[in-house]
Amino acid sequence: MRGFILSTTILFALIATIGIASISLVQAVEPDEVLDDPVLEARAREISKEVRCLVCQNEPIDSSNADLAKELRIVVRERLVAGDSDDDVKDYLSSRYGDFVLFRPPFKASTFLLWFGPLLVFAIGVIGIFFFYRGNRTNKVATPLSAEEQDKLQQLLQDEHETTQKITRNNKGEAS
Amino acid sequence: MSAKRKAIFALPLLITVVIFGYFFWALTKPGRDPKILPSVLIDKPAPEFDLKALVNLGVPGFARKDLTSNGKVSVVNIFASWCIPCLVEHPDMVKLGQRDDINLYGINYRDKPEDGLAWLNKNGNPYHRVGRDPKSRAGIDWGVYGVPETFIVDASGTIRYKHVGPLNTGDLEDTILPIIESLQAQ
Repeated sequence: MRGFILSTTILFALIATIGIASISLVQAVEPDEVLDDPVLEARAREISKEVRCLVCQNEPIDSSNADLAKELRIVVRERLVAGDSDDDVKDYLSSRYGDFVLFRPPFKASTFLLWFGPLLVFAIGVIGIFFFYRGNRTNKVATPLSAEEQDKLQQLLQDEHETTQKITRNNKGEAS
Repeated sequence: MSAKRKAIFALPLLITVVIFGYFFWALTKPGRDPKILPSVLIDKPAPEFDLKALVNLGVPGFARKDLTSNGKVSVVNIFASWCIPCLVEHPDMVKLGQRDDINLYGINYRDKPEDGLAWLNKNGNPYHRVGRDPKSRAGIDWGVYGVPETFIVDASGTIRYKHVGPLNTGDLEDTILPIIESLQAQ
């Protein structure tokens, strides 16, 4: 029992250590960058998570240790202290680095296809299915047989009937 | 089944071929590097900046007004002493610096002044002006995300071309000089 408690304690301590270590790993923000105003700092963190580090390219500046990311984090905070809105800060960055700097591309004419492309493909699919089934239904409407076809059908049915009768007779003959 | 209805079944194949054809074209297009970002600053006025000189280098600092002061096309090169590719393109910078029909300006990016000075003294200073940008603030305004980067700015102070990474063999003759000449002809 004591062994169990000991090993559980060690396990929890390990998990806690890993947890703390991973927190410090994802947080690249250094103490000297942090703003005194907690509200502004929280906004800065939120913006930083959506801004791409252009050196690493798949990491937000919030978790990147690149020099440029650090400088951009400071720039974001400076803009906020100067009274910029969140959108102002993002505009400031995208006017220098392009929309690529933002992980979430903005709505505008050039990104229209990016945002609505999937919807467009879906719409094409729906239209396609609609026409496909409509086409099938019109095919199902039966056109009456011509006199010639009617005769042929009668003939076939007659043949079939005779064949069946013949087989039945043969079978009966074998049985008796 | 009519020929029209049969054609519908070929449509998905056709769309797939078009999409894959685009992928193939985009992946194999020569000179396309997904890491190189198109600059949004092309055909926009150069940003405002005023950078201090490297003390003891013998050339003055570099400011926005120097781009429009003498009616010449300017080449603005972002370099650093810690940047190995900068050394690769340095001979091309020397060639550009020898021309007196253009301005060649350097921005010493995220560097200690003594390191930047030592690097230029060792390799030769091709620049007519050099500005220090230790915290990359001017670099951010120029949309710089790596070094070296080279900009061509026309005589009115408008950014007309950006090259990311070192000038490789042929870049100077095939790209940079023709652009400079076409801007000079305007």
